[in-house]
Amino acid sequence: MIAAAHNEATVWQWLEEIPDPEIPVISIVDLGIVRAVQADGDAVTVTITPTYSGCPAMQVIATAVREALAEHGVEQVRIVTQLSPAWTTDWLSEAGKRKLRGYGIAPPVQQAVDLSGLRSGLAAAVSRRGPAAPAVACPHCGSHHTERTSQFGSTPCKALYRCRDCREPFDHFKCH
Amino acid sequence: MDAKCEAKCAYLLRLGDNALVLSQRLSELCGKGPALEEDMALTNVALDLLGQARLWFTHAGELENRGRDEDALAYLRDAHDFRNLLLVEQPNGNYAHTLVRQFFFDTWHYFQVGALTQSSDQRIAGIAEKSLKEITYHLRRSGDLVVRLGDGTALSHAYTQTAVDELWMYTGEAFNYDEIDLQMVAQGIAPAAEGLRAQWLAHVGDILAEATITMPPPDAWMQKGGKAGRHTEHLGYLLAEMQFLQRAYPGATW
Repeated sequence: MIAAAHNEATVWQWLEEIPDPEIPVISIVDLGIVRAVQADGDAVTVTITPTYSGCPAMQVIATAVREALAEHGVEQVRIVTQLSPAWTTDWLSEAGKRKLRGYGIAPPVQQAVDLSGLRSGLAAAVSRRGPAAPAVACPHCGSHHTERTSQFGSTPCKALYRCRDCREPFDHFKCH
Repeated sequence: MDAKCEAKCAYLLRLGDNALVLSQRLSELCGKGPALEEDMALTNVALDLLGQARLWFTHAGELENRGRDEDALAYLRDAHDFRNLLLVEQPNGNYAHTLVRQFFFDTWHYFQVGALTQSSDQRIAGIAEKSLKEITYHLRRSGDLVVRLGDGTALSHAYTQTAVDELWMYTGEAFNYDEIDLQMVAQGIAPAAEGLRAQWLAHVGDILAEATITMPPPDAWMQKGGKAGRHTEHLGYLLAEMQFLQRAYPGATW
């Protein structure tokens, strides 16, 4: 028997149900790593992009996409990895940011710096005399009276912070 | 493979080898960092570099079309086939050595890869764009720590000054262009040495001044050889550990 041609909008809905393996509160669509879905008859091509070059979750995500689509009867799945334009935290959906905050992770607070095409801006971007990063709001009490305790955290995409008011530590999704 | 392609493959291997060898060096400190935050930072930087190495190797392997994938390039070459800078294979030493090495490398890596985002080769530009965000974060961190150590206690200052003095002779090689580098410049793939060196010296100079560290003379005598496969004795030991499994059990997979 031949399955009906797949509708791209439906595939997007299926993908929205796949949780990110490291931050399961948001889906891979919320995270902004699904770039495109292309249905061609029975075959579906899903284009994904890594958050970080060495992100160990990429293989898990590709497998999860295959499994989810197989459950819905899609047998021919092609996963394409696309690097450019590079993923930044600007690809996070607003819904994704809300979910992160509800989960206790402070979402990125500013627009990611667009470094591409900024040859002359390269030196400024790493200057220690550049503008100070905006304060990160505590996801527990909302206070901006917070400080960074570590530039890296449990996954490549997060830094560690603590709130000086409610005293709770929390993860901050780095602006990248 | 024509000569043009051969030069590009060689250039890609240099990029991949730099990232891989430094990644392996940093991995040695996993679980041994001087503080938990440092331990996490070192391993996260190592992970970023490993991811970048995979991207460069995959591109190189496909381009040379000799059936070598990223694993073959990482595990099945001996020291004389590696094309990394001598700087990245230097031992971790004390923590000042680890950080100064990182800072010297990050600064070069940052301006180099920043320029590669404008490369005439779209795939190289794409990998560079992806990597640059990570490298920016690395450089902000290593620069910050060099200032904190240099402008810290008398002891941390002395260690940092020694590390700068000892590693300085490995910093010239990156700007000492050979035939392959020059071909890449001519093809619009890589940046010219002069501009890159000026950017490197300016940023390193700024940070060292803030760290109250004396910068050695830029025209000091410099080591070279890594780009041609002539390495310090340290690389062999690093590879012996990294490639142990493939050497003991050739072709093993899991």
